[in-house]
Amino acid sequence: MASDVEKWKDELYGTEIRAEIERFAEAGWEAIPDDEHDAWFERFKWYGLYHQRAGQESYFMMRIGPPGGVLEPGQFRQLVEIADDFSRGPAENPEFGNGWIDVTTRQAIQLHWIRLEDVPEIFDRLEAVGLSTVQACGDSWRNIVGCPVAGKDKHEHVDADTLATELHDTFKRNETYSNLPRKWKVSVTGCDEGCGQGDINDLAFEPAEKEIDGESVTGYNVRVGGGLSRNEPRLARDIDVFVTQEQAIEVAGGISGLFRDHGDRENRYNARMKFLVDEWGPEAIRETLQADYVDFELETAGEDLRDSYSYNAGEADGKHDHVGVHEQDDGNYYVGLNVLVGRIGVDDAYELADAAATYGSGEVRLTQRQNIVFTDVPAENLDDLRGEAVLDDYSPDPHPFQRGSIACTGTEFCSLSIVETKNRQVRFGRWLTDNVSLPEGVENFHIHLSGCTASCAQPQIADVSLRGMKTRKNGEPVEALDIGLGGGLGAEPQFASWVAERIPADEVPGAIANLIENFTEVRDGNESFREFVAARDADELADLIEPEETDYDDPYLHNTKRTWYPYADEDDLEASPAPARADGTPISSDD
Amino acid sequence: MSIALRTLDDGAWISVNNSRQVSVSDVWTLSRGVFCDCKPAYVLLEAFLDVRVDGPTVVAEAVGQCLECGVRETITYLPVGRIVDGTFEPVDPETVQSVLEPAGKH
Repeated sequence: MASDVEKWKDELYGTEIRAEIERFAEAGWEAIPDDEHDAWFERFKWYGLYHQRAGQESYFMMRIGPPGGVLEPGQFRQLVEIADDFSRGPAENPEFGNGWIDVTTRQAIQLHWIRLEDVPEIFDRLEAVGLSTVQACGDSWRNIVGCPVAGKDKHEHVDADTLATELHDTFKRNETYSNLPRKWKVSVTGCDEGCGQGDINDLAFEPAEKEIDGESVTGYNVRVGGGLSRNEPRLARDIDVFVTQEQAIEVAGGISGLFRDHGDRENRYNARMKFLVDEWGPEAIRETLQADYVDFELETAGEDLRDSYSYNAGEADGKHDHVGVHEQDDGNYYVGLNVLVGRIGVDDAYELADAAATYGSGEVRLTQRQNIVFTDVPAENLDDLRGEAVLDDYSPDPHPFQRGSIACTGTEFCSLSIVETKNRQVRFGRWLTDNVSLPEGVENFHIHLSGCTASCAQPQIADVSLRGMKTRKNGEPVEALDIGLGGGLGAEPQFASWVAERIPADEVPGAIANLIENFTEVRDGNESFREFVAARDADELADLIEPEETDYDDPYLHNTKRTWYPYADEDDLEASPAPARADGTPISSDD
Repeated sequence: MSIALRTLDDGAWISVNNSRQVSVSDVWTLSRGVFCDCKPAYVLLEAFLDVRVDGPTVVAEAVGQCLECGVRETITYLPVGRIVDGTFEPVDPETVQSVLEPAGKH
């Protein structure tokens, strides 16, 4: 039986939603009929609007997805101004204040506390600079991710930026592909470092060469069915197809059409491409693609560059994360700045926008490690850029524990999350920086904190993977984390092994400190952490994690999901000021 | 009076009449033997798979994990509330639940 979501999508979906959003915005939040809330909030996702969690009714998260994370000159500043004007909540966050932008692991920007009544003006302002929220959420083509320095990079093999943009232009607002069984995540990698993270996407284009009619042709190999969610991580599978840049569009349409027609619309838990590939196998996917969805003879896979992939490959001295100062192909430089857990307060964001325009081209790019990159900085501007005060906090040379931190949204706003994440990860990073030394030669250490098994912080591809859980401590339920080790991508991608479960959150920094101390003592020469983990079984690794309380203080051990906002002075759900009218006045249930 | 019941947002919550009523991430107390051998079992609900009514009782199918022994299982019949005079009255997760099967199947 088709789910309610499928019924709602059949009734109205895609670009038709825009007029309905504007109608409700004009009439106000209360104009949405009570018995249609679920249907409309599901549809609004297609336009990048996600209703915030219980206790925050009438407020929305808004996502803006620029293809490949490229924000052209002026676009970043426009986003900051929108955040300044519209992304303010009824209470402050103790780490970040009130008003910020979030950089996501899919190279998008998220704003919170957005009121429906403000959405039309925000849409106008976004469109004025060429940005959009279209298909940022919902069951369709999501933001195309890829090499964040595509078109500028010395490591580039093919221009991923061109293909990412063509895919974006072809498949956004495209009625044929606007209603898929579930989300559809696409990655384009163009470099020899593998920074597009194709292995964890539904569809991945990876750089390759193929000899065709005696000529060496540059293009992409195709993989399908990767993803991390629901305790069912999969690496994208090779379907033995090579495409040129021109063929990539038709093949992308074909594979997403195959998913549209054959994905499971009865059961949303089974509706991702990874499960269809599990069921059919890569060979049957290829055969069906050839038979029913493309009009030319598919080439077999070409020679790929995967052996050279270094991005998130776990090398002890490797960085490969775009942070720092790097020469571009044209002799200018790109400067990657660390953004701790991806969140930038609006005051800092204005300063960063100024710096990008003053010292570079004004272009700002977003990375899959929640960081930002300024491009096109001439050599003579580098020292002045480095001297900007805002770079003290958004550093091109951050401490490894700051550099390696990623966190998802967490219970601050998300319905799925089990634990608080961003503020906790900030506190973890601060404590680890102050108290723990990495062994000599280890310059990179990735710690990813995800609030639940949806895995938005991509925990399975980190050195230390943290996943939200609960446990009981002193007779009371407290927020806890599962700990996994040894994940990463590169030439030999590997998901983390979960070796310790349900560790009270206040004992996790102590556990990481003890783990690193044990690693330092017994590692073999210059062994990387990932090699160290790979050489040991789960029991050995579990023994190296010794959770303990330290002077780290965790203010979020209680059930943060049972609050309307975890940091409010009066945080009970009953104290929530939501839902609220456009001016912020609460709407009581008696109204 | 018909009741609109559904799970939404990847099973993050149960909606009753278009209102978010039951959320994942709470710890539910289940009596011995119905989920695992722990007495009682403190079970974190990670996702709701389905929801339906059985008479006046609102029943969920959910995935949960015991916080003591770590068993992760699907619970096919977890009463999460009752419909009384057309209004949903939630079950307190901390009260001990001993019935995980429909009446008549014991």
